[in-house]
Amino acid sequence: MNLPSPSWTSETVSIAGAGLHVARAGTGAPVLVLHHDVGSPERLPFYDALACEFTVLVPSHPGYDKSERPAWLRNVRDVAAVHQWLLAASDLADVSLVGLGFGGWIAAEMASLAPRAFRRLVLVGAMGIKPERGEIADQALVSYIDYVKLGFADLGAYERVYGAEPPTETLEQWDLNREMTFRIAWKPYMYNPTLPHLLGGVATPSLIVWGRDDRVVPLECGERFAKALPNARLHVIERAGHFVEMERPDELARLVADFVKTA
Amino acid sequence: MHLMYFTEQPMSAYDAQAGRDFGATALMFSNTHFDPVAGSRLYNEYLEHYRLVEEVGFDGIMLNEHHNAPFCMQAKCNVFASILAAMTKRVKIVLLGNPLPLADNPVRLAEELAMIDMISGGRLVSGFVRGGGQEQLAAGVNPAFNRERFEEAHDLVVKAWTQVGPFRFEGTHYQHRVVNPWAVPLQKPHPRVWIPGVLSKETIVWAARTGYPYIALSTAIDATKKIWELYDQVAGEHGHQGGPEFRGYLQRCHVAETEDKALANARQFMWMQGEFTGLAHPVWSTPSGYFSPSYRKAFVEFAVGRRSNPRGSAFDEQIQNQQIIAGTPKTVIPKLRRLLEETRPSIVGFWGSDGFVSDRDARTCIRLLGEEVLPAVREIAKELGLWSPFEANSPVSWAFPQPALPAGVGAS
Repeated sequence: MNLPSPSWTSETVSIAGAGLHVARAGTGAPVLVLHHDVGSPERLPFYDALACEFTVLVPSHPGYDKSERPAWLRNVRDVAAVHQWLLAASDLADVSLVGLGFGGWIAAEMASLAPRAFRRLVLVGAMGIKPERGEIADQALVSYIDYVKLGFADLGAYERVYGAEPPTETLEQWDLNREMTFRIAWKPYMYNPTLPHLLGGVATPSLIVWGRDDRVVPLECGERFAKALPNARLHVIERAGHFVEMERPDELARLVADFVKTA
Repeated sequence: MHLMYFTEQPMSAYDAQAGRDFGATALMFSNTHFDPVAGSRLYNEYLEHYRLVEEVGFDGIMLNEHHNAPFCMQAKCNVFASILAAMTKRVKIVLLGNPLPLADNPVRLAEELAMIDMISGGRLVSGFVRGGGQEQLAAGVNPAFNRERFEEAHDLVVKAWTQVGPFRFEGTHYQHRVVNPWAVPLQKPHPRVWIPGVLSKETIVWAARTGYPYIALSTAIDATKKIWELYDQVAGEHGHQGGPEFRGYLQRCHVAETEDKALANARQFMWMQGEFTGLAHPVWSTPSGYFSPSYRKAFVEFAVGRRSNPRGSAFDEQIQNQQIIAGTPKTVIPKLRRLLEETRPSIVGFWGSDGFVSDRDARTCIRLLGEEVLPAVREIAKELGLWSPFEANSPVSWAFPQPALPAGVGAS
């Protein structure tokens, strides 16, 4: 694609006593992108592609990457409340949520707590619901590198994003992010048993996207999200794992853009 | 000088090749390899070893626990402590210790320990540990709150022991509406608490700040000296003085009738250190949030195979630096003298045997230690003025500045 490269700015917003790092680019309808449990590189082609059409906000979750760790934070709903606070402080309305993996769980919690607040809800390989047959992969049992690799169907994409041998600084950040994930999602691991019951009230039109080869969160969870949300459909992307936005950035961006723009 | 005997209680009766093939045997090596018939035999052999330990003159028996791993059969040190409370008559029962963060109900732990103290007639030393990295996963306990849970559970146990109930406890990780256990320790103000450790600076600082003796687990002499420097410095900052009565050391020490046999058996100490079956999986042993932030860089590199275990070193090196001592009584005594002279502990645990050392050789080791090594060590300790907390009547902690004595005894 030969799109103009959007210009990104970042700021630190103080929320509940901790500095939240927020990157922002683009103009138009606001889209809040919520990143994975492993954090996120500063820039991704997927973010750029969205920023060509929307006002895109990519906050680092509290305790992840460049955001400060609030010592009191205990669960994923707390993170959902922090991001609601961010939206309120940013004076944005009619926001669409795009939640990637763990960020999808946060987005689902936000929608369940504010069933009519959002324009569109997009969940990509979202955690948050307990699979009935399979399991959500346990990162506590694998190394940082192996866990991230598990999220890719194509390791070529992994190397394009992180390099063949990620530097120690990246590993340290993955460790800090993993620690934060443990602090808020240790038990039950990566789901909230009450969430499926609350999704039934979400009026927001929802798109559930899943990589066909997701080895982190089983596709079955996508089916359960699509069933629990009253106004949702499931779209499966071929040749993609858990990190759809890193493996199929253009395809996912197109899908999201079309869905958000639908009247 | 307080001299204790220790064994990890290795569960070595499984297919060693299967262990080697699997790699790291702590946490995920399937318990299909656990043979309860062998388990029953081994538990009872270890009980007989403890009986012998008391007979040959040790002052204490040190117990510990681990989970999901062949290197240690004790899944609950309070079980063996309870048996020893009734079976032995004289030795201190030294738990090093109960992994506090693994407890979901520290009040129950306080009750169990109080029972052991009463049944043993006030012979309990109740050490506490954080539990290994694997243990957090084996118990499903959040490694990111390990240290917070350790300190809070400790506070609750000591409160349950010392404060009149009923009372309410509202902590960050533990909330108890009614604390009023009908089992309180015989020893007052409360049983002694010793804190073992190997690496984390935070634990040394906490022990020194609290006034509990710290037991260095088989560290090299230079590293041990650094531990005491830090301990004494922190104690000093809080207006107290460290010294031998606050210093313990666990020494791997195998004694046999010949040098060759001792050295061959001592190699089994590597059994749990990865040389034979592998112990520490780099990820499972160091879950995120568990280890000291100052080691983050070292551990993340270890976790992906970019550096060797910051905790481990090879057999020959450990023989050289005396982390492992092996020989006949005649040759080990000068090495123990060096340990005592250079690091000045007043509590020494003898970790006699490990791995596949036979029942017979393990008993010989205990007997030789008791009959020939301990008397010599006691003489050296006298000469060097290494008085144990019991001999020095040192306080239980800074918060409870009295020695621990059974209720009704002495002037406490």
